[in-house]
Amino acid sequence: MTLRFDKLGIVIAAIVAYAALFAPFATFRANRIVPGQARSILEALPPTLGMLLLAIVIVGGIIALLKTPLIIRLAASIVALVALAILIGVAGAFLTPDGNTFARIAPASGFWLLIFAFTLLLADVLTRLNLSPWSRVGVLMIAALAIAALLVSGLWDSLSILKEYASRADSFWAEASKHVTLALGSLVGAVIVGIPLGILCHRVETLRAGVLNVLNIIQTIPSIALFGLLIAPLGWVALHVPGAAAIGIRGIGTAPAFVALFLYSLLPVVANTVVGLAGVPRAANDAARGMGMTDRQRLLDVEFPLAFPVILTGIRIVLVQNIGLATIAALIGGGGFGVFVFQGVGQTAMDLVLLGALPTVALAFAAAIILDAVIEMTATKRRVETA
Amino acid sequence: MKAWLPALLRLAVLALLVVFITSPGWFEPLLKPLTENGAPAIYNQGSLLTLTLQHLRTVLVATVAATIVAVALAILVTRPAGAEFLPLSRSLVNIGQTFPPVAVLALAVPAVGFGEKPTLIALFLYGLLPIFENALTALTTLPGNVMEAARGAGMTGWQRLMKVELPLSAPVILGGIRLSVVISLATATIGSTVAAKTLGEVIIAGLISNNLAFVLQGGLIVAALAVLIYDGLSAIERYAARRMGQGAE
Repeated sequence: MTLRFDKLGIVIAAIVAYAALFAPFATFRANRIVPGQARSILEALPPTLGMLLLAIVIVGGIIALLKTPLIIRLAASIVALVALAILIGVAGAFLTPDGNTFARIAPASGFWLLIFAFTLLLADVLTRLNLSPWSRVGVLMIAALAIAALLVSGLWDSLSILKEYASRADSFWAEASKHVTLALGSLVGAVIVGIPLGILCHRVETLRAGVLNVLNIIQTIPSIALFGLLIAPLGWVALHVPGAAAIGIRGIGTAPAFVALFLYSLLPVVANTVVGLAGVPRAANDAARGMGMTDRQRLLDVEFPLAFPVILTGIRIVLVQNIGLATIAALIGGGGFGVFVFQGVGQTAMDLVLLGALPTVALAFAAAIILDAVIEMTATKRRVETA
Repeated sequence: MKAWLPALLRLAVLALLVVFITSPGWFEPLLKPLTENGAPAIYNQGSLLTLTLQHLRTVLVATVAATIVAVALAILVTRPAGAEFLPLSRSLVNIGQTFPPVAVLALAVPAVGFGEKPTLIALFLYGLLPIFENALTALTTLPGNVMEAARGAGMTGWQRLMKVELPLSAPVILGGIRLSVVISLATATIGSTVAAKTLGEVIIAGLISNNLAFVLQGGLIVAALAVLIYDGLSAIERYAARRMGQGAE
């Protein structure tokens, strides 16, 4: 029997070999800002566990390298990822000297590369399995629950990121809620304003080009510039409009961030509403008119449901974009996870950067998967109904 | 009248921008009312012209590198030899675009230190995605009859790629480059938080010292640059599409 190689597997196996044998698995630092010392897998773990982890990733690499059935590749990637997730916590506890609260143990490049390689394998398997929308959300839920369980179990408590978290747990959740409020609030605002504006643009052709052009220009302006440009007018409003300051409108802080995110969100919502409505088949509209539907009925019962998946795509773009952009709000005092990112950059404390960046990435990623699944479901539903 | 008005407007914005960054002193009286306690009205810790040029150079270097790599990768995965990577590369692009640029920027710092390098890396990595996505879309949706004709004319794989596939895909790939440049201009602005020399410096300095004049001039220059460049690239894209439209007919 000749061995057959999987092309992607060659890439994955190469990464695994380099990461497991040459790159450091964890970094040990005497305190949170000094440069770290590298520790390989065998140095970072008790001997038996170290050998076990090496065996798991090497077998995983070989399974990826050869042409193997999907189910085995799935199992290999999951086993490797779970082992890595658990053992990095063990490494943290193992490397921390007894009773030392200053030492910081962080996952190093080898760990991240191994995670990347096996996530790649998992992503490839999941892509090839062609999962239904519901099962994709299910996989996401299982992954989220597993991570939550690891966090609650305290297994990761000896890792540097969680030490940064432990010393600012209260502000973490306050910034988290600010971040979500900014991203979701501006989205809700954009939907409330954007969909009627899109319908108007669809009905009144003379408005369309103008409105879309203006929104396009706003979308082009870099976020921090737009935040900055809004400070002056909002400061003026706060000073001169009675009651504005009382409801929280100020030159810096949450108000300009909220307004900027709202403005950015308008283009995808309005443009997709226009595109969605324009894509409604003429026959559907004619039939509705023939049945004696009023304009309003036609809009609510025919046009809008048919355009809905396209509008939803716009909402997905906005949500993912807002979750990312909300990090920049921290620069103008608007709060959010960006606070930790920029504090960390300022103090060259990379664990603090990760404390801000990882939840942002996780939020954006989860939002993308969930909304993609919803879009696919509404789109297939529509196909089934019209067929 | 309608036809020349937008062109005139763009020209006016461009002229104003050039005058502002070359001799900002002329605008001092306009910006002075925004400052307090006799703070300077014009950014005084570096010349606006140098910062603008450095900002543009960073974006240019990153975009050229990203374009070469992204188009090469897209070509690779659309050949029979690389077809195995096609589905995965699609999902990777989808996943990659959910990463916020700021996170990419901040996470590049531990790898390469502060300064221009992390900014270039973040711009490069983030710039790859839209170009790759558009190149992939263009190369996988080429009209079947044109490809058939090229094959029938006895063209080799290489000739088909250079003479048919790439020229036909050019407008869509250009669209990807345009998106990538706009994102890069914005990310480069944030790059000044990791000590890259870009126009973001002006805005950040204004935010730190509570000087609205700095914030406003930095914001206006960056915004005008982005809008003008976006506009210019759109025009090139329309020109390419028109040429391809005529070429294919």
